Amino acid sequence: MTLLGRTTVNVVIGVSVLYTLLPVMWLVLAATKNVDALFNSDLFGGFSLVENVKNLFAMDKGLYPRWYLNSLLYAVVGAGVSAFISIAAGYAFDKYAFRHKEKLFGLVLAAVMVPQTVLALPLYLMASEAGLVNTFWAVFIPALFNPFGVYLGRIFSQGYVPDEVLEAARIDGASDLATYFRVAFRMLGPGVVTLFLFQLTTIWNNFFLPMVMLSDQKLYPVSLGLYQWNSSATVSPEYYPVVIMGSLFAVLPLILAFMLLQRFWKAGMTAGAVK
Amino acid sequence: MKGKLACAVLMAPFFLLLVTVFLIPTGTAVWLSFFAADQPGLGFGPESTVFVGLRSYGAVLSDPTFLGSLLTVVLYCLLYIPLMVAGALTLALLLDSGVAKLRSWAQMSLYLPHAVPGIIAALIWLYLYTPGLSPIIDLFAKADVQISFLGIDTVLPSIVNIALWSNLGYNMVIFYAALQAVPREVLEASVVDGAGPVKQALRIKAPLVRGAIVTVGIFTLIWALQLFTEPVLLSQSTPMISARFSPSMYIYDAAFTRNNYGLAAAASVVLLAFTVALSYGVTRWTNRKAA
Repeated sequence: MTLLGRTTVNVVIGVSVLYTLLPVMWLVLAATKNVDALFNSDLFGGFSLVENVKNLFAMDKGLYPRWYLNSLLYAVVGAGVSAFISIAAGYAFDKYAFRHKEKLFGLVLAAVMVPQTVLALPLYLMASEAGLVNTFWAVFIPALFNPFGVYLGRIFSQGYVPDEVLEAARIDGASDLATYFRVAFRMLGPGVVTLFLFQLTTIWNNFFLPMVMLSDQKLYPVSLGLYQWNSSATVSPEYYPVVIMGSLFAVLPLILAFMLLQRFWKAGMTAGAVK
Repeated sequence: MKGKLACAVLMAPFFLLLVTVFLIPTGTAVWLSFFAADQPGLGFGPESTVFVGLRSYGAVLSDPTFLGSLLTVVLYCLLYIPLMVAGALTLALLLDSGVAKLRSWAQMSLYLPHAVPGIIAALIWLYLYTPGLSPIIDLFAKADVQISFLGIDTVLPSIVNIALWSNLGYNMVIFYAALQAVPREVLEASVVDGAGPVKQALRIKAPLVRGAIVTVGIFTLIWALQLFTEPVLLSQSTPMISARFSPSMYIYDAAFTRNNYGLAAAASVVLLAFTVALSYGVTRWTNRKAA
């Protein structure tokens, strides 16, 4: 390729990288500043990182650490349980034959299409009927449902678990369930991690459902809490540094998870897209 | 027989969820859309629910604010989806061209925004759009250019920008993975035939990853039609975004601000039908072009 071509390629990529990185860097820089420096666009003055962290944890009687724990609970436990449920169903779709199987699978895929907002009002009414509105469970249970995970689970099962292995276990006299838990599940391990990561992102991002279900601030996840604080900031600007610092902390777990488990998400995205 | 039991046990938890958090709510939404709460005279006595047939649908479909929200989301899709698909595909092709430097670093950086939760991406950009806070606006001001990101004409592109920023890298990775699967022989043959790098990218590689393009297009469409988080957050700071800006915001407003469940349910069913019809249409259209 010509020198001009090479330069163009690298310049376009470089500009795109700046586009994705600069806003995050602005967040990091802004998190170190006090209100005055923020509003005067004083790039390097008004350093108050420690102060901002202290304020974040103390604001409104320490709501933020609570939101953070809630988010971790909703997301980590929820994604874990959801991954187990989805992979088991995906495996069953792959390894067993039963009537109307493909129609049922079509229903699972159709569920991917249905907007969250369509389900929110009925879910709210059902939760209120069951006395679950404004409880942990109202947000936790619906987030376990991951139809796309079942679709991926079926692909993983096709790829990772050879039928011969199951046949061998059957000849050895192991029951089907024992085979699943002792043999197949271990082979599906990387797939489980992938589904966990996907759902972790989804639940950590979850905003609409908590907004509908929760009125008690103590049950809020970080996303909803920061939303509320941002609306306070439009009236009292001392909330701005706190919201910015809170946003920075809220970004960390996912970045950490992606860095540690990099190879798994790539596997999942490839399986989902190339099919 | 034993196999059937195992299959049922493995499937049961998922199907329990499918029924309780998907089938019943979807059914309830449809059911609700045909009923309305009827207050007996003067608002005394117990409230009763009466069948109103298609009345809620009539109300929704003749409500200019609902039609306006549909129009907004269509405009949003028309602006966002082509930019997203073209941008992500271009970046993937450039990274796959063999001359890109620091490839895995570039990929990681481009992917980074996807690890930023939607509400926080919206917060970051809201602050970058806010006069006083934003270094971008300051920069323009120094060059004597007045710029408003939350004005009547700019608010929709500003929302598109947030969505692009969040998802560009994610879709780029999908395209890049699909490009890796293109057989080397095909590429070598095209070089022998005298195709330059640009022609190779557009005529050989891009058509070979059609499947990935369609998948990304449909998922982007389904997701875009649910537009909610970004405009709701921005609406805290600009009067240009009303409480019924997008269909999802309309549904939220009808259900939880106006407490009109019938209206909210009818709007939900319309949005659902709209989503299904568009996804189906896109799938059919792309299949026909392939045949």
